Amino acid sequence: MWRDALLVAGKDLRIELRSRVALWQVLPVAVLFLVLYAFALGPVRSTLASAAPGLFWLAVLFSTVLATQRSFAIESGEGTRDGLRASGIDPAGVFLGKAAAVAAELAVLQVVLWVAMSLLFGVHVHTVWLAVVASVLATIGLAAAGTLYGALSAGLRVRETLLPLLVLPVLAPVLLAASRAWAGALSGPLSDGVSWLRVLGPFAAAYVVVGIVLYGPLLEAG
Amino acid sequence: MSVRPKTSARPLPWWARWAGILGAVGTAATVWLGLWVTPPDRTQGNLVRLVYLHPPIAWVALYLAFGLAALSSLLYLWRRTRSLFWDRVAAASVEVGVVFNALTLATGMLWGRPTWGVWWTWDARLTSTALLLVLFLGYLALRRVPAEPEVRARRCAVAALVAFVDVPIVHFSVIWWQTLHQGATVLNANLSPTIHGSMAWTLLLGFVALTLVFVWMVAVRYRIEVLADRTDAAHLEISLEERWSEAEPTSSDVGSARPPSQVGT
Repeated sequence: MWRDALLVAGKDLRIELRSRVALWQVLPVAVLFLVLYAFALGPVRSTLASAAPGLFWLAVLFSTVLATQRSFAIESGEGTRDGLRASGIDPAGVFLGKAAAVAAELAVLQVVLWVAMSLLFGVHVHTVWLAVVASVLATIGLAAAGTLYGALSAGLRVRETLLPLLVLPVLAPVLLAASRAWAGALSGPLSDGVSWLRVLGPFAAAYVVVGIVLYGPLLEAG
Repeated sequence: MSVRPKTSARPLPWWARWAGILGAVGTAATVWLGLWVTPPDRTQGNLVRLVYLHPPIAWVALYLAFGLAALSSLLYLWRRTRSLFWDRVAAASVEVGVVFNALTLATGMLWGRPTWGVWWTWDARLTSTALLLVLFLGYLALRRVPAEPEVRARRCAVAALVAFVDVPIVHFSVIWWQTLHQGATVLNANLSPTIHGSMAWTLLLGFVALTLVFVWMVAVRYRIEVLADRTDAAHLEISLEERWSEAEPTSSDVGSARPPSQVGT
């Protein structure tokens, strides 16, 4: 399972490195969100700084939808999905691989987004370890749940409109918990931020397990 | 067109009919008891009468309907019990659940406006109920995507379970969100634990009546689902037959869809 996961993740990341769709489409959109937030909230730095954790994770959330859509768009061409099924790779491995590739993309995105945000909004992380742990847990959860729903809506004609409706309510607790944890890491009381890891951890664990179990039946559904 | 689709199905079973009749009578009795017989509350006055309706509706939506949907989705995915029966039960109960979920929010808002002064507050229970509504609207949207019955069933069963995993996480996260964010919630005095006498009996009747209504609705909705699947299949058959009968013997454009025995008819 793990070897298969590595193969699939490697394949997805290689495709991304060569096509650069994530780099030149998803990433600029995420940075664009930051500019749009400033338009929506006004240019006052203190307002933007206090809203920064929530806005950051909102951008990551929407980018997750784009990244998972992209992750299954590369599977849609010329029976790739059937090829993957016929290759004898463990479905759980496919799930873990695709989720890992999405997670890697999201991690890169978060680094860039964070640099952009600290430049544009003037915010700084005080407790680095908390921000990093929250990010890692949130990213695992987002990638796992996103990959599950991406597979669910892959190949459907209405996927562009259906995927956000399906996945965004599910990801809502991650937005909530990651924003609060980051608020703690940025400025707020540290203990508040740490307690939110109790949501992010179980969410990530639950969706990785559910994905491993349910991805097989989902691939059969085609 | 002389061929008519065979859409007859078994009528509703006796228990579903009785659930419907008793549910209607029980709901009427709850309304009568709630509006005329029971006394007004000391603090809430006549507003307390919503207590006979709002918690039973929420019970049907949040526990019965979505619980049954999750259970039947699980039974569908488990190979030993896989049958379209469970898929249809899940679909029927989600649909009824979404209606009751919306009613929960509506009655709650009607209650909230005069008691708290606002239509909406970001209370933990309200927020998670609203998120649940959107979660299961997504399920219904997925169900409307055309697909083979088995494919759709599997896809929807996975979606229902994946959504269901989220329910406790949503629940606890919004509770923490509230307690960490705004202090005590205003909803604590919602359901007075010291109700008794005619009020308690009316509330109990409300729970029983709406549970029966739920059973009846799911049974009816299940039957509609069976009929809809049958009608689809019948329509397909009819249009294929019409296509075959109008085709010229020499034409080749429908050749692939045409069984050899029908050539030349």
